[in-house]
Amino acid sequence: MSSSTLESSPAVELKDTLKPPKKRSSKLPWLLLAPSLLVLAIMVGYPLVNLFIMSFQKYERAQLMGVPAEWVGFQNYTDTLTDPVFWTVLARSFAFMVVCVFLTMAIGILLALLMMRLNKFFRLLVSIGLLLAWAMPALAAVIVWGWIFDTQYGVVNNVLTKITGDNWMGHSWLINPLMFYIVAALIIVWQSVPFVAFTMYAGLTQVPGEVLEAASLDGATPAQRFRLIMVPYVRSIIVVLIILSIIWDLRVFTQIFVLQGIGGIAEKTNTIGVYIYQMGMAQGHYGTASAIAVILVFIMMGISYYYVRQTVKEEEL
Amino acid sequence: MSTLNPTVAGTATTAPRSSGSGPRKTREGQRKKVSNVVYSVIAVIVFAASAFPVYWMINSSFLPTNMIRSTDLTFFPGSSFTIDNYKNAIFNQERAPFLPALGNSVLVTFFVLIVSMVLAFLASLAVTRFNFKGRKAFIIAILAVQMIPGEAMMISIFRIIDGWQLLNSIIGLGIVYLSGVLPFTIWTLRGFVAGVPAELEEAAMIDGCSRAKAFWRITFPLLAPGLVATGVFAFIQAWNEFVMALIIMTRPESMTLPLWLRTFQQATQATNWGGLMAGSVLIAIPVVIFFLIVQGRMTGGLVSGAVKG
Repeated sequence: MSSSTLESSPAVELKDTLKPPKKRSSKLPWLLLAPSLLVLAIMVGYPLVNLFIMSFQKYERAQLMGVPAEWVGFQNYTDTLTDPVFWTVLARSFAFMVVCVFLTMAIGILLALLMMRLNKFFRLLVSIGLLLAWAMPALAAVIVWGWIFDTQYGVVNNVLTKITGDNWMGHSWLINPLMFYIVAALIIVWQSVPFVAFTMYAGLTQVPGEVLEAASLDGATPAQRFRLIMVPYVRSIIVVLIILSIIWDLRVFTQIFVLQGIGGIAEKTNTIGVYIYQMGMAQGHYGTASAIAVILVFIMMGISYYYVRQTVKEEEL
Repeated sequence: MSTLNPTVAGTATTAPRSSGSGPRKTREGQRKKVSNVVYSVIAVIVFAASAFPVYWMINSSFLPTNMIRSTDLTFFPGSSFTIDNYKNAIFNQERAPFLPALGNSVLVTFFVLIVSMVLAFLASLAVTRFNFKGRKAFIIAILAVQMIPGEAMMISIFRIIDGWQLLNSIIGLGIVYLSGVLPFTIWTLRGFVAGVPAELEEAAMIDGCSRAKAFWRITFPLLAPGLVATGVFAFIQAWNEFVMALIIMTRPESMTLPLWLRTFQQATQATNWGGLMAGSVLIAIPVVIFFLIVQGRMTGGLVSGAVKG
């Protein structure tokens, strides 16, 4: 119990079970870790080093075939950082991420609060709906949404035609980059809200009932009860959820990539992950793509630094 | 603190209802009734909005093509119910065949599931039951590695797998997936192992068990919920994964199900939405079933293990 934030954390009771380990031994733990370390070293460590090296080389299709790669210093980085396309893609990815994270968190928290007020039946109903959305494989989900927004026979165009009386049949949602992003955000928020809602709900049910009761006897409005009592209890959960959402939404790939395949214009709708794929795997500029990837890794590390630090601190490692 | 909290958590949802004195109670009670109706209506809307795409996928998958390609919406297949889309999805020979893709997906998923469970169990024992130099560094590494986007790594991973001649092999893809799920499974399982008191193992060892036997006979069975939760995570990851499969499984016969699903959309012809929906249902079924079975544990595990305040 090193810090004051821990005292108010809903997971305090877990702290006692996560006491620092007792046994001291030098060989046995490494033996137990060895297989995992081996896999991670080969499949994460080595590719990471490789990526870093490649980002300083002129690496194109020919080099993949065995032509020795030439060192070019920071050329790939200067090329990338002076390329307006890179900045556009980066800004677009961040803007998209901010919208998705905000909507996901807002809707997720509201649903958690809703679930606390529902009786058993309706709570189960909401849970089932959310679970279905959460459980859908991302690829299948994008395809289904693609069908819902289909230009020719999609249910959205159909219903809009019936409601407004205008002819929406044949209206393409994905060809306009802004609408493309609205559809993509809808898919992502639809699938990420359940995780936030369930986690928040689990956290909120741990807020002591006496405290809430005392607050409402003292005349606190529901909004005040939420802001002044619930939020401090679940602050660390909210922070972690925001950081995880930022990371997941910034590296979004499947949704954008598949929607582009269904009918978007790739150049105008690339996010950073898809851009790396286009630059590297599709066009064969592996060196430049590696430089972009290294930049992305640094951005991700920067964002997750707080999360990692906080987690390590709270675990009292 | 630790003994108090569970009871406190248990009363949290019921406690507010007992507030207020007599007359105030009825007025509040009425208001409560109205707001209960409002909340229930919102709940139904939320359910409809979340479940609609799933319902629409299933509905479309049972409709004949002429009703899918129609300006009239059909909300229930009724008498025109057909399984032609499924037959077409599974047996159509023009596209990549379904059964080999299913076989590849099952193999790679089980490989990842089993190996990741074993490795994560061993690693989580190491970091919870022992104090050694490098323990903290390992845990930080595990947390940090999860933040590295796979998209950034795909080029170098492709080169490595290519260099080992493991493109288009289950083992190649399996190792890539394994490294992807391992950090999370170790981290999550670690929380569950920490929840099993080390005293139990010590008692067993005093009674004459070896340390390995104590882990296996005492700790392992108590970890069942944790193993199920992390196992389902590994299963879902491997079953759904699409990006790495896209670059590693380049031949039609080595496709996994997500890649197979993509073959429905060909630039040269109109999308076969009926077949595509049937294919989506086939891919989603095992995931949804597994997910629903363990859902309580999933969220519980996420709060106590991974996210844990």
